[in-house]
Amino acid sequence: MNHWIVANLWLIPAIPLAAALSILCLNSSRGKGAAALAVLGQIVALVMAVIAFVPTLQAPGWRAFHNFTWFTFGEQALRIGWVLDPLAAAMLVMITLVGLCIFVFSVGYMADDKNFTRFFAYLSFFSAAMLGVVIANSLLLLFVCWELVGLASYLLIGFWIDKPSAAAAAKKAFITTRIGDIGFFLGILWLYSGSGTLLFYDNGHGCLENAGLLLLGASATFVALLIFCGAVGKSGQFPLHVWLPDAMEGPTPVSALIHAATMVAAGVFLVARVYPLFSAGAIDGVTPSLTVVVSIGVITAVMAALIALAQFDIKRILAYSTVSQLGLMMVSLGVGGVAAGIMHLIAHGFFKALLFLGAGSVIHGCDHEQDIRKMGGLRWLMPVTFLTYAIGMMNLSGVPFFFSGGWTKEEILQATTHWHVSHLPHYLMLVGVVLTALYMTRQMIYVFFGNKRAASTHAHESPRVMTMPLMMLAGCSIVLSIALTPAWPWLHSYLNGEPAHFHIARLIQPMLFVSLALVAAGIGLGWLIYRNVAETDPVEQAQPALFHFLESKMWLDELYDWTVIGLSKMAARLSDWMDRNVWDGLVRAFAGLGQFFGIFSADFDERGINAGVDEATGGTRGLGRLMSALHSGQIQTYLRAAAVSVLALLILYAWLT
Amino acid sequence: MITVLILMPLVGAFFVSAAQPNYARRMALEFNAITAILVFMLWKNFDSTAAGLQLVERHAWIPAIGAEYLVGIDGLSLLLVILTSLIFPFAFLAQRMGRGSCVLMLIMQSALYGTFTAQNFILWFLFYEMSLIPAFLLIKIWGGENRDRAATKFFVYTFLGSVAMLLSFLGIYFAKGTFDFATLADLGKHGLLTGNMAWFAFAGIFLGLAVKVPLFPFHTWLPDAYETAPTGVAMVLTGVLSKMGVYGFVRLLLPLFPHEIQVLAPWLLGLAVCTIVFASLAAWAQSDLKRMVAYLSINHLGYCMLGLFAVTARSSSLIDMHAALSGVFMQIFNHGITAAALFYYVGLLEQRRGLRGIDDFGGLMQRTPLLCGWMSVAMFSSLGLPGLNGFIGEFLIFKGSFAVAASFTAVAVIGLLVTAIVFMRMMQALFSGPLAKSCNAFPDLGRNEKWVVVPVTLIMFAIGIAPQFMFNIFNTTVIQMARLFA
Repeated sequence: MNHWIVANLWLIPAIPLAAALSILCLNSSRGKGAAALAVLGQIVALVMAVIAFVPTLQAPGWRAFHNFTWFTFGEQALRIGWVLDPLAAAMLVMITLVGLCIFVFSVGYMADDKNFTRFFAYLSFFSAAMLGVVIANSLLLLFVCWELVGLASYLLIGFWIDKPSAAAAAKKAFITTRIGDIGFFLGILWLYSGSGTLLFYDNGHGCLENAGLLLLGASATFVALLIFCGAVGKSGQFPLHVWLPDAMEGPTPVSALIHAATMVAAGVFLVARVYPLFSAGAIDGVTPSLTVVVSIGVITAVMAALIALAQFDIKRILAYSTVSQLGLMMVSLGVGGVAAGIMHLIAHGFFKALLFLGAGSVIHGCDHEQDIRKMGGLRWLMPVTFLTYAIGMMNLSGVPFFFSGGWTKEEILQATTHWHVSHLPHYLMLVGVVLTALYMTRQMIYVFFGNKRAASTHAHESPRVMTMPLMMLAGCSIVLSIALTPAWPWLHSYLNGEPAHFHIARLIQPMLFVSLALVAAGIGLGWLIYRNVAETDPVEQAQPALFHFLESKMWLDELYDWTVIGLSKMAARLSDWMDRNVWDGLVRAFAGLGQFFGIFSADFDERGINAGVDEATGGTRGLGRLMSALHSGQIQTYLRAAAVSVLALLILYAWLT
Repeated sequence: MITVLILMPLVGAFFVSAAQPNYARRMALEFNAITAILVFMLWKNFDSTAAGLQLVERHAWIPAIGAEYLVGIDGLSLLLVILTSLIFPFAFLAQRMGRGSCVLMLIMQSALYGTFTAQNFILWFLFYEMSLIPAFLLIKIWGGENRDRAATKFFVYTFLGSVAMLLSFLGIYFAKGTFDFATLADLGKHGLLTGNMAWFAFAGIFLGLAVKVPLFPFHTWLPDAYETAPTGVAMVLTGVLSKMGVYGFVRLLLPLFPHEIQVLAPWLLGLAVCTIVFASLAAWAQSDLKRMVAYLSINHLGYCMLGLFAVTARSSSLIDMHAALSGVFMQIFNHGITAAALFYYVGLLEQRRGLRGIDDFGGLMQRTPLLCGWMSVAMFSSLGLPGLNGFIGEFLIFKGSFAVAASFTAVAVIGLLVTAIVFMRMMQALFSGPLAKSCNAFPDLGRNEKWVVVPVTLIMFAIGIAPQFMFNIFNTTVIQMARLFA
């Protein structure tokens, strides 16, 4: 069994892919069939993921891989493969499980859409690509799937293709992430030339194993940083985060699946996967590349949390919250808490999908209204949505005990205290905790508490097909918390490859009180500020300038428009102008020169040579005419000439003698 | 067998010229089916494990000037012959064609088979020039706006290059007394010519080929010519004719002047990078779809040039040479398929709309989802999406060039980004948004159109997913050539 699943791990992404292809071949009227195929594919993938999960439990740090030759160029075989280890297995289960919930939810959410089948084809395709990223044992295969994930995201963001804003958002997402991917691509090239292989694990010869790292030497830092560029793009880290909030133009299940639970987490996963490259040559757990990761993560986490405070679109708030949480995960990885970061990733996958689907349920109930100022008082109208949303909010805010998000966040805070370079990230993360609790409280109050407003008058609870996934995800996020407590840190040990032990005493740690206090402060502060909220935001009234700065996303979009985008457009126009005028101008000048010589020589021919010849022939002709005039054929004339000549000769003779 | 292959389109041209005008295109396609079978047999008989030329046919021709009839194939020749036989039927299917253009196209096809199989300079040059004249006439007579100007520019520019090349080869002949490619390549290992003579000869051949490829800044004839050429001709121009330049670089310049190229390597790499970056940027600034695709075509050939110049760089290791050369060969084929497909799609749009500005369309996805779907596959293939053919070649080229010219490669990847921007812009303008009024009567893909679209797309996927069958064609040739430069 173990051997079988390792050799056939490729089936896990292949099944959703097959589902996607068969759905594409379906007629667009066969909506039910499409949904059934997609859900079925996802269920099979989930079952296989669980089967794959089992062998990783045998021994701590169990790892198996299967490599094969993709193609041979010249004499060199390019090998790719897949790997099964705790990191991959945990991700597989999370992705397929969250994916399944979202697929089911979509059946209800997208029921009225005329492109229902296409939607499920795209979703399945996305799922396949994402699962491919997770199992890849080669940076090249990972990159291939990574790009396909990007393509799926592009297709899904722009799913409502007649909406110009959706098309623009899709384009922005693709291009922005591709900027990061260019760095990633260079990193792959560098790694390939440096270590001679792109396989992660290959019986000691892989690029993440000692031999490969030794070959790379000091360039590992640069390779790691270039690869990190890709992660920055995909995971919406500063300064490439601008695409993620715009991506909310896509249908809400897409936001839940791609832009919350899975794809954006791929960047964090990537850093975790190639962590040996980042930590190569570390002194006390610190390398330049890891310091960069921490810095980017801190900036992203705090900045996005601040912006989230001043948004009114229910999905955009969650989008910025995602950006912020991803920053938190990056910080965790950077300070050395790889397991903590991945744990948070997995917990976040569940509760952020829950929140997005909850938001989708709210939007669905409120007739596709997304502005939280127009909602309010939904707690009685949509009780299931409210309760599950509240669970998601507790997770995200970081309430420990029953909520997985709380434990993982605490673990990250714990990890940041051990960082030797600076304590600033630790304190900023504490600020982040308060901010997170604050903006989530704000959102809860706006949406579910207070009086009914414009959009909530006709609000209704969503159908079972949508609420079931919500309950499922909420349940998962609570059940997961059992495996996350410091008393029995099973997931932590599992990911780190060490046996788990039960110590009830570890449950109570100073950090627990600190984070509890901060969460309470955040929620309390939120309650104080927003308790009587109306259509206008209290912060907006108090600090209009600051609020507008945050509301307009710190004007980063505008800044990019003026600088990077403006300059590149100018470069494009300049290239075109150069082409038309300089390079082609030179050609035309040459042609002109040729023409000039042509005309000149024609002229010279005409006036010089030709005229000279004309002159000469004219002279000959004139002479001829003269001569012919002499040869008139009249005897009298000849005799006269002879007589005159004889006379002349006689005179000459007489004169001479 | 090769001779039969070269003659077959000529026989076809003869028959077509005698046929009724209505049947001309059909007959041309039938002759293409015959050549396709011939090429398939050629492929079967080709031993991909054996080095050197195969299926050689050698006859004395004009001994006095060293010209002999010598044809044969190695992996690279076979690759290009296959490409030619693929592109031509699609080009014939792309649009209605009269008798005249069918005849000219068939003559061009014959010339191309000759170019890719001739192993003696005189013969090669004959075929090389023979392809130019039909192309010129096709643009001049059946082209669009500004066809006279564009055709003349195309002809005179490339012909000037050819003359320079011919002079160089005459120089080489007087010095070495042979026109045989293999012999010359052997001599080239230790320096074919010495002193200024070598540089003059190099410059002449380089100029001729650089114009043909085209390499920045000798590329300005291309957008004009492609823009005005009819769809089928544009497909052939970009799919096959542009490969003659790259082929020439591999077959002539690299083996004959390795030393000169090594000395100039930084400059040549610089030109290749300029080709990549400036062409992609210029494509971004275009508003005419055909011109845009033409510039992207230049950009993609720039990758080939980057790989080729990296191969000859002094410090290149064997693995990197293999990667770069394989990448270039892959890219030759992929670009042929993808660029031709893009021209085909632009042609389809133009047929339906009568115009081809990027802003003349909108919201096509709602009206013609199949056309948009298949067209996006070609676009993604062109922007190098993994899983499709374009990625394999580009990855290997960059892999080969990164090791020897990291900084040049780092600049060149900007081209990948800009290409993506261009295609994203194109897709946004054409496919999404509300359906434009002018497009609301568009028919979706017809059955005849699917005959082109489906096979082309299948090839893209096949090469992108399991490219080994392509590598099998030219792996031995790659190893052999790398040994030549090592």
